[in-house]
Amino acid sequence: MKEVKLLGAWPSTFCYRIIWALKLKGVEYEYVEEDLFNKSDLLLRYNPVHKKIPVLIHGGKPIAESTVILEYIEEAWPQNPLLSSDPYERAMARFWTKFAEDKNPTFFAYFQAVGEEQEKVTKEAKEVLKIIEEQGLGEKKFFGGDKVGMADLAFGWIAGWLEYMEEAVGVKLLEPNTFPLLQAWIKNFRDVPVIKENLPDGKKLSVYFKGLREKFIAQATV
Amino acid sequence: MAGDSVKLLGFWASPFTARVHWALKLKVVKYEYFEEDFRNKSTLLLQSNPVYEKVPVLVHNGKPLAESLVILEYIDETWKQNPILPQDPYERALARFWAKFVEDKCVPEIISVFTKRGEEKEKAARDARENLKILESALGEKRFFGGETMGFVDIVAGWIGYWGRISEEVAGVNLIDAATIPLLNAWFEHVLEVPIIRECLPPREKLLEHSKNVYEIATAGST
Repeated sequence: MKEVKLLGAWPSTFCYRIIWALKLKGVEYEYVEEDLFNKSDLLLRYNPVHKKIPVLIHGGKPIAESTVILEYIEEAWPQNPLLSSDPYERAMARFWTKFAEDKNPTFFAYFQAVGEEQEKVTKEAKEVLKIIEEQGLGEKKFFGGDKVGMADLAFGWIAGWLEYMEEAVGVKLLEPNTFPLLQAWIKNFRDVPVIKENLPDGKKLSVYFKGLREKFIAQATV
Repeated sequence: MAGDSVKLLGFWASPFTARVHWALKLKVVKYEYFEEDFRNKSTLLLQSNPVYEKVPVLVHNGKPLAESLVILEYIDETWKQNPILPQDPYERALARFWAKFVEDKCVPEIISVFTKRGEEKEKAARDARENLKILESALGEKRFFGGETMGFVDIVAGWIGYWGRISEEVAGVNLIDAATIPLLNAWFEHVLEVPIIRECLPPREKLLEHSKNVYEIATAGST
């Protein structure tokens, strides 16, 4: 059996997508924590194009970009599939996975912005969440239907990271009594045993986001 | 497959629409093409792609799909002849990686060359040239990214050889330098020489005229 290694960083939502996929499929792997301020030779060698985590190394062959890695994992280990066998359903899952990727800047902007800009991006971020809830999730238990699929992993940051981002920014995106379907999904997603057992430590995330937010505020007021 | 209804909603000048034309034609799939007017979007488009309201949209037996890369994967899985992605999972991962690289690192820069002015435009052109050089490293000495025949990355990036050169003329920048990216430059020619591709390219003069108009409108608001 070929060796599986994952280069990651503990606060990274992208890294967790891979951890979840591997664990949902029962794949044994070695995890290597990267210091993103002091990138290892291993990382620079295995992802020379982007120099970013996560990187999956399977039998010595590296794969970068979390959505590409997810597709690879799905094909290399077909048990407990993350995608339906129906081409149309697969395409819908890919559409929403791509949507999650393409909207990263919106949520990054929400986390980074201050003042009037903050209000504007908060409004945009809520509009995106509305599309995710109404068009992506709908009445389904998971984006993948009855069980967790690729799109759920792509949106996983909403279930494990968003509350700490909201705390640091001081502005909520998911206010109580709003986005009922999405809030129900968060509970369902966090209840999945593999997910429950594999979420970053809340206290650590809280400190991490508060520190990051302070940096952004400092930069904005220079 | 007999009785299949395949519709493509697109825009003649869009390279993203071109990607889907190329995939369907390479697989010899019969389809109906519908030209969309952006000032007057059809009900079919708005219903089929409520999230983005953009083309291309593929409608197969009444079921709509949006986003060109998603559509390409669907086409490859639905019509098995003349495969677009390789069989081997690792090779597939490499193809997807480079397709994503094109989407994330080449497309926005090439678009920015059109929408920005001054130093921002020059930077976009520089970034585009740098990223095309990186893309070239994935091609190496192969005729196509897909090997002997066109594959996923060829379909995703091949348009740059045609649309990119028109952008150079209109925006007054250099994107494709034969001296810096000789292999990629040759590859562009290989793609545009494929009869199926050559036959469905929008006429150069028409595309040039259209691009000039877009450029003027896009840069009119900038100081």
